[in-house]
Amino acid sequence: MTKTLKGIAASDGIAVAPAYLLVEPDLSFSKTNVSDVESEVARYKDAISVSTAEVEKIRDDAKQSLGEEEAQVFEAHLMILNDPEFTGAIENEIKEQKINSEAALDETAQKFISIFEGMTDNAYMQQRAADVRDVSKRIMAHLLGKELPNPAAIDHEVVVVAHDLTPSDTAQLNKQFVKGFVTDIGGRTAHSAIMARSLELPAVVGTDSITKDVQNGDTLVVDGLSGDAVIDPSKEQISDYQQKSDIFLKQKAEWQKLKYEPSVTADGKKFTIAANIGTPNDMAGVNENGAEAVGLYRTEFLYMDSKDFPTEDAQYDAYKKVIEGMHGKQVIIRTMDIGGDKHLDYWDLPDEMNPFLGVRAIRLSLQNEEIFRTQLRALLRASAYGSLGIMFPMIGTLNELRKAKSILNEEKDQLTSQGVSVGSDLQVGMMIEVPAAAVLADQFAKEVDFFSIGTNDLIQYSMAADRGNDNVSYLYQPANPAVLRLIKNTIDAAHDNGIWCGMCGEAAGDSTMFPILLAMGLDEYSMSATSILRIRSLMKKLDTNEIKELANQACFESKTAEENEKLVSDLMAKVDK
Amino acid sequence: MEKRDFHVIAETGIHARPATLLVQAASKFGSDINLEYNGKSVNLKSIMGVMSLGVGKNADVTISADGDDEKDAIETISETMKKEGLAE
Repeated sequence: MTKTLKGIAASDGIAVAPAYLLVEPDLSFSKTNVSDVESEVARYKDAISVSTAEVEKIRDDAKQSLGEEEAQVFEAHLMILNDPEFTGAIENEIKEQKINSEAALDETAQKFISIFEGMTDNAYMQQRAADVRDVSKRIMAHLLGKELPNPAAIDHEVVVVAHDLTPSDTAQLNKQFVKGFVTDIGGRTAHSAIMARSLELPAVVGTDSITKDVQNGDTLVVDGLSGDAVIDPSKEQISDYQQKSDIFLKQKAEWQKLKYEPSVTADGKKFTIAANIGTPNDMAGVNENGAEAVGLYRTEFLYMDSKDFPTEDAQYDAYKKVIEGMHGKQVIIRTMDIGGDKHLDYWDLPDEMNPFLGVRAIRLSLQNEEIFRTQLRALLRASAYGSLGIMFPMIGTLNELRKAKSILNEEKDQLTSQGVSVGSDLQVGMMIEVPAAAVLADQFAKEVDFFSIGTNDLIQYSMAADRGNDNVSYLYQPANPAVLRLIKNTIDAAHDNGIWCGMCGEAAGDSTMFPILLAMGLDEYSMSATSILRIRSLMKKLDTNEIKELANQACFESKTAEENEKLVSDLMAKVDK
Repeated sequence: MEKRDFHVIAETGIHARPATLLVQAASKFGSDINLEYNGKSVNLKSIMGVMSLGVGKNADVTISADGDDEKDAIETISETMKKEGLAE
């Protein structure tokens, strides 16, 4: 029966395909005694051989679609599956204790996991604990007659359905077959949503119950424009969505004509529209959408998609690839922004009551200087290949900024003294995302080359509302006059001190926010690559002389976000006429 | 039974990727092959066993092989140790 779920429109576009559930089955079991030990061992051995065949197939598929390196993790899984000490220990448990395979597997796996996890000084070994856990899960699923999802084996068009998508889940999805995704939780600024936009996949997040409402193989519509997910649509609905998709694609084609046009207003003022990226693989989208710069390269994916800390050379290669790919246009790279909701399997960070208010971003870098220095050296070496800006995330005090800069300068001097060349037009900037920094922007502006406003965090911290918490999502108000005053203060302070100010948060690509930001004189707008041409077309319609008053109105006359949204919609009604 | 002692020189000890190669080398032989360290002995054909010993740099370990191809096994394992810079 047809059912429509209302979620949040996270990424443009429409897709219709069978659902593929990326949901882990319940693997709980009870410990029982067995009398026929031999047939229990046989049952266990069956589960091992089915699991082995399955992992071999996954490995082969992964080799084909993702490459040799990604497939390596499955080689490790195969070794564990066929490991005499591991499988032998399980067999002994069954025989000696006369317990069922599930219990024997669980006990043995836990034993190895705690040995490996206990080697706290060795990230490689801790990763092996994760491998043992993965392999045990697979054997357990077979023992219980359940099926594990396997994103790497998707070989036909699907819409992926999940409770939430982690960055590494998202990275594993084969774009050739995955046409879109729908999740239970998340908002427009969740990392899954950001990834969807950079992959140009239609996505609806925050439906609450999609994983319970849809079955594998059900036809599913993702409407990333309205935020609807439709399960088992009727024939008429499918054809309506087809039509809507055609209109969307047509408009997209219109915007496409602006690909090589400069970003200018109706009165001929030029600004920069840049792209936010997560990995060097996003560069295709950056160029296809006519970005004039990379305004934010989120380096954390380098750390998150890796099994251990990425080496200086691996980082250098990634940074260089992006810088060279822009052919002299500016690239702003943000140093590691780990912590908060972004974790690394191989780095055991302390549990915190309020991770978003804890040791994340620059705080983590300054507390782990060697990791920070490795990244800075890679950045400095790569800076020789084009125009680089290095930017520090989550700066709250001048001392943090000065400390980060002095470490950068030490590494720079050291490289130079070793005869390594460093880019001559390297710029050093900071994110403005902590309200304290926005208030004190006039002081910060004297010590950096540029600002980039990160609106997602600035709003989160200004409104004291966790950006991942659905219950307070009503407080995510980019157009709130309080937030706008912080933004205006930052832009004015930058200009008073002769530096430029950009924005790399979601608001820069938001059609409602854009006219207000333009009125404030923001210099650079960095957004998901897919938003660039839409914003460029909007920019062409706006005359800076005519909207001049909008900045003051929005900051000082309006009292609520809603009033500001109305101001902009009235303005757009006039402009579009 | 054949036995040989090794002194581990690899920075990461015998628990990173090269350990896998050692296990693969041992697995080619029919003999029972064991790795002894710190009074504990594990099957050298088991990556989990080898890794769970946590053999670090400067450790002294003994490898023993027992079976028809014990001589070849010890030779091949020694070569792998040296080639991978694991031990001397």
